[in-house]
Amino acid sequence: MRIAGRRITAKTVAIYALVIAITVVMLMPFAWMLSASLKLSRDVFVFPIEWIPSEPRWQNYVDIWTKIPLALFIYNTSKLTIIVTVLQLLTSSFAAYAFAKLNFPYKNALFLGYIATIAMPWQVYMVPQFLLMREFGLNNTHLALICLQAFTAFGVFLMRQFYMSIPTELCEAARIDGMNEYQIWASIMLPLSKPALSTLTIFTFVTTWNDFLGPMIYLTKTELKTIQIGLRMFIAQYSAEYGLIMAASVVALIPVLIVFLSLQRFFVEGVASTGLKG
Amino acid sequence: MLCGHQEAGADATVVGSNVRRLRAPDRKGQYAKLGGKVSVSISNSAIATDRTPAIPARKVKILSRRRRKIQDALIAYSFIAPNFIGFAVFTLGPILFAFVLAFMHWDGSNAITFAGLDNFWRLFEDKAFISAFWNTVIYTVVSVPATLACALGLAILLNQKIFGRDFFRTAMFFPYVASLVAVAVVWNMIFNPEMGPVNMILYTLGVDPKDMPGWAADRHWAMVTVILFGIWKNMGYYMVIYLAGLQGINSELYEAADLDGANSWQKFLYVTVPQLGPTTFFVTVMLTIQSFKVFDQIYMITQGGPGTSTLVLVYHIYNEAFISWDLGYSSMVALVLFFLVLAVTIVQFRRQRED
Repeated sequence: MRIAGRRITAKTVAIYALVIAITVVMLMPFAWMLSASLKLSRDVFVFPIEWIPSEPRWQNYVDIWTKIPLALFIYNTSKLTIIVTVLQLLTSSFAAYAFAKLNFPYKNALFLGYIATIAMPWQVYMVPQFLLMREFGLNNTHLALICLQAFTAFGVFLMRQFYMSIPTELCEAARIDGMNEYQIWASIMLPLSKPALSTLTIFTFVTTWNDFLGPMIYLTKTELKTIQIGLRMFIAQYSAEYGLIMAASVVALIPVLIVFLSLQRFFVEGVASTGLKG
Repeated sequence: MLCGHQEAGADATVVGSNVRRLRAPDRKGQYAKLGGKVSVSISNSAIATDRTPAIPARKVKILSRRRRKIQDALIAYSFIAPNFIGFAVFTLGPILFAFVLAFMHWDGSNAITFAGLDNFWRLFEDKAFISAFWNTVIYTVVSVPATLACALGLAILLNQKIFGRDFFRTAMFFPYVASLVAVAVVWNMIFNPEMGPVNMILYTLGVDPKDMPGWAADRHWAMVTVILFGIWKNMGYYMVIYLAGLQGINSELYEAADLDGANSWQKFLYVTVPQLGPTTFFVTVMLTIQSFKVFDQIYMITQGGPGTSTLVLVYHIYNEAFISWDLGYSSMVALVLFFLVLAVTIVQFRRQRED
């Protein structure tokens, strides 16, 4: 068979068919979500599925903002995510510079502290951590979640691995030029480490935005809740309002979709590089 | 500012050595002496920086070298401190506390008491723990190979030069970054036993309503539902890792295989699979650890039920700690999770050393 002057083999057709079929299955839940978000609750489960509602009910997207404090939840989540991401980037790259390029007593012992906990699931120590935060009077505060997520072994490890690949001669040359270590970090290492920084940004953003168990344990007051547990509360309260639940879910997905699509290229590179370095 | 660090550092060591030297019974006298010595040392160091010839040149050299070392160390510590202090207080501390707490009885408000091995022996009598343990094992044993196979298949499919490849890759990856609560609630609706589209499609395909799977509401199907969800959500991530692995394979190997007349399947079996060995190993370890600590999706889809059919270790930790407030026992269950993950990590280290 020939299409547009090209020979199309059966194999090519099979590959395309397979890829498209899998993509449809992967995206089906999202399509269904979008379609249901524009329906009345009683029409959501009508079968056969009406993918494009004949009378789209945009009112759902108006109602969700008044039924639950969705805007407040989004504000809370954005605030937490931005603070955690900025702190994570700053403190990790700062510490990683010392581990990669400076010599000091107990360097290996301190780094071992990080390495030893990198594979440790948070769930192992979440209970004592909660008790500690409660002791500090931090439960039901956003500060607790910031403290919990901003200083990770993963961030330091990722940045250190990247800095190790930057030639030390560069730092030495800068030192001879009279730069101090802080200047070297700010004007040489940071600009060079954009790939690692964007990887860490995306990872931190996605984990903080989507975190569920942390906010569930720490935040019980409605006005403090994040979008994840706020959505969960909404689902529990209006369990039969399928159209509204779907509209709220679509809204909860949009920020992640935007960040993901705009940084997608870095994301794929980032996953690939951390994957290989382990 | 750096100068300040340097002075303080140097003097601190001098004071330190004096304190060590002066451990005599008369404290008042000590401090008086100590004060005197400190002031002397300060003036000494001031002289040293001025390089006054009154002090022999060799001594100056030693002093300044030592001071330089201290200064370097202080600068390094100033880089580490912001992260390390947070890390030590909020991660290292709680980890150590978890090991202590596992051997205690505590409800969070009354006095904490030593429990010895009570919590440990309780594990063997706790039916909920035993099913949580086996459910975690079942979840891992099924979902790890299944996710791995899907991720590898997708990676091979999307490593070929096809039109719109980037779009397809993005589409496969998107469930991984999508908010769990949002996608889990859709999943629950799609797999709703009475009204959901999946069972409707099965019905139109001629499946008897009596044999229809009850998915999350059915004791026998709940684990399947949760596992399917996990595969759907995570495989895109591991696909990307596999894509990186595939791109690292030397194309000459395939050319050589072509010369030998190998077909696609043989090339897959004898070139791709062995070349991807390290990647597969890495993915297996990551997936196994992920599976051991599965919680969110189960909380959203089945709440551990029906009965205890999808109760997993982290869910049990959560219940024991934040529902029953049995903090000691929940820490003991957490230690079981820790040792499972530790075992996998040790295997990984062994393997890396062999390579």
